[in-house]
Amino acid sequence: MILRRPLLWLILALAALFVWLPLRNHDVALREDLILVAVAIILTSNLNLMIGYTGYVNFGHIVFYGLGGYVGLYLATVLNWNLIVAALIAGVTVSVLALLFGLGILRLRGAYFALATIGVLVAVQAFVANFEPWGRSTGMYVSFASYAPLGGARRALWITYYLIIGVMALSLVLSLGIRRSKFGLGLFAIREDEDAAIVLGVNATVYKAIIYSVSAFLPAVAGALMFFKNGMIDPSIAFEYMLSLEGIVMLMLGGQGTVAGSALGGALYERLRSYLLTSPRLSEFHLVIAGALLLLVVRLAPGGLIGWLYRLVPRSREVVE
Amino acid sequence: MSGILASMIDGLLIGSVYGLAAMGLSLIWGVMDVINLTHGSMIALGMFGMYLLFSATASNAYFLLAPLIVVGLVLGIIVYWLAVNWVVDRPILMSLLSTFAVNMVVIGLGTAIWSTSPYNVNFSVPGITVGEYTFTGNHIAAASSAVVIALLLELFLRRTRAGKAIRAVADNRAAAELMGISSTRVLMVAFAIGIALAMASGALVSTLFPFTILSGAGYQLKSFVVTVLAGLGKPFGALIAGVLLGLLEGAVSPFIAVSWIPLIEFGLFVVVLIAFPRGIFGKATA
Amino acid sequence: MTALLEVQGVSKRFGGLQAVGDVSFTLQEGEILGLIGPNGAGKTTLFNLVNGVYKTDTGSIIFSGKNITGRSPDQVVHLGLARTHQIVRPLNGMSVLENVIVGACYGREYQSLRAARATALEVLEQVGMASRANSPAHSLTLAFKKRLEVARALAARPKLLLLDEVLAGLNPTEIAQMIDLIRKIRDSGVSVFMIEHVMQAIMNLSDRILVLNLGHKIAEAPPAEVVKNPDVVEAYLGFPDIVDKLRGAS
Repeated sequence: MILRRPLLWLILALAALFVWLPLRNHDVALREDLILVAVAIILTSNLNLMIGYTGYVNFGHIVFYGLGGYVGLYLATVLNWNLIVAALIAGVTVSVLALLFGLGILRLRGAYFALATIGVLVAVQAFVANFEPWGRSTGMYVSFASYAPLGGARRALWITYYLIIGVMALSLVLSLGIRRSKFGLGLFAIREDEDAAIVLGVNATVYKAIIYSVSAFLPAVAGALMFFKNGMIDPSIAFEYMLSLEGIVMLMLGGQGTVAGSALGGALYERLRSYLLTSPRLSEFHLVIAGALLLLVVRLAPGGLIGWLYRLVPRSREVVE
Repeated sequence: MSGILASMIDGLLIGSVYGLAAMGLSLIWGVMDVINLTHGSMIALGMFGMYLLFSATASNAYFLLAPLIVVGLVLGIIVYWLAVNWVVDRPILMSLLSTFAVNMVVIGLGTAIWSTSPYNVNFSVPGITVGEYTFTGNHIAAASSAVVIALLLELFLRRTRAGKAIRAVADNRAAAELMGISSTRVLMVAFAIGIALAMASGALVSTLFPFTILSGAGYQLKSFVVTVLAGLGKPFGALIAGVLLGLLEGAVSPFIAVSWIPLIEFGLFVVVLIAFPRGIFGKATA
Repeated sequence: MTALLEVQGVSKRFGGLQAVGDVSFTLQEGEILGLIGPNGAGKTTLFNLVNGVYKTDTGSIIFSGKNITGRSPDQVVHLGLARTHQIVRPLNGMSVLENVIVGACYGREYQSLRAARATALEVLEQVGMASRANSPAHSLTLAFKKRLEVARALAARPKLLLLDEVLAGLNPTEIAQMIDLIRKIRDSGVSVFMIEHVMQAIMNLSDRILVLNLGHKIAEAPPAEVVKNPDVVEAYLGFPDIVDKLRGAS
């Protein structure tokens, strides 16, 4: 039972901590830091469903986040829908699109799939940059009136923060749930040897399309909330290729295939990134450092920090998984 | 009508540069089963390499290709030992991530040095005028250079000992090793050539269009499209497929905005991958 | 006896090579059917056609009264037709138990995780690997990897088990244990269709033997008759010791 997993309670404790910390002193700066960490964890843990669980590298994961942002922002500001409804519909829309795309490109194996995901990102970005209702390359802005139903801009920011924390907790619980399920077992079998898995009875085509679609849902919801909070969206920030790639760095750093690893990697890397970006001397080199870090992790500790912990303290595996 | 023709000829010329870039990717992919994700950053380095050399020497840009290819070979050897040698025969995830990490480092360094603002190489060759259309000399010079380099590579692969060793390793590495070919050396040479080709194509592009450190990514995508069109590990096929892609771009560009082109290329990429898993020029085998 | 598997005029061509040509046979419920033939005769290809890894060019395959021609391997398993691989394919990153649980989860009964765990433990006991349940699959010896292949397939609770050279590479003691296991599997009500190069074993185990040469069926008969069949002897010419073995075993 998932309720007996210590990790479930760790996840809930983490979410509670995220809620309590900024609230204590009404610390807006801390809230803004934590929301970035939360988004990093959401992206990484959902990316882990593809890379870590299924063994399929998705270089264009950010496309879900960006598309979710677009759909959500369009519904919330142009059509004036309720934010939560808009975010959920953004999630569903992007998931359905991912399912359709997935049934096509998931016929590709291994490296071909990875390349196709780069193509998906470029193609979606090109489409959005030419799509009139979404403001083409200038994007869309949130009108100030859209914050009114949430009790004004200041309150709206706090509300989106809590919603994002909720999405973060959901992402981790979802990852844990899949990991402990029969569905997850089928994914692991695909990761280890897809042909053997099929001969054992796993319907790989359907499983891969489903997990691709599932891994799109929460990032899309998060995208809708985040871009609403930021007040604007345009194709270059919504589909930032580098952010997509940094997601992979986060996952490898923490330890692909594990729930705790994706959270740890997301949180640590995001803090490192923020530190580098605000440091006057290092800000220009943040990609260099990220790249070097990835090379080191892949070469020296392919299991990431969590893999390293398991080797050091084998019993920790029981608690963390 | 002749407008389309001119646009297609232009596309054909640019396409041969795409083809040259894809040859580098295809060679590495075919010989060692590694998808070289440093490809885009190496194309970008070719652009900036040309910019630096041209600024320093102010000589004919196309003569500068020779030293740039040498730089590319050296750089290729360095990258090979840094990130590739130990991922050969490892799961594909490892080689993707490892080459990708180098890509991030290069792009990061490039951004720190040159920022992401556009540069250009201010060199032009007189054009040729046919009727009311003028074909820019640079396009013609770049295409000729690309074809010459491609032919030299093909000669190298077919006529020299080292080239034959590369083809043998690509064909069957285990068998080649039994015949006494040192596969590590061969892989290193093939990788270095692949990087040199990427840099050369970047250098050629820099004489045609303005560029930024991030420009390589777009050409990397085109290289992927071209490589799968040609079928893996068929460098010369890649040149032809590159020309075809250029022709296609030339044929559609009078009718639609340039910003749609990535969408078309990606569509082509997926359709080709699914319909012709071994490439259009690939042979069906058991 | 009723026919469990009916293969009718099945062919497969790869480029210019006719790997399997117009092969027909039936397998009765409760029987062990052997499949032999020189290297390159198309034995593994025939297995791949039966369980749907390859699509047939012509012909039909009826399993347990259902036409399974053109169905994918995962659908075929749900109907109760499981197989092992000639070259073992353990799911390396997972434990032995998890490997077998996958087999049970996605097999004929499509068991829940909890039920699959019980089935897997039972099957591991049956194949004599209970003590290794928690070992990582990649750490096993070849003999145990072969048994793991059998265990995974058995966990699917199949009606028919295809065994592709499960004896190859094993030492005499291990071969004896595996033969014993195959008999027990049959006695538990599972029919067996097996490719084998170890002649003595297959002659002893099989009720009937199907012989392929160059993709075509050249014989289908009880072991004693197969050995006397002139076409079979001719197919094995050039391997005189194999002819002796065929004779000696019967």
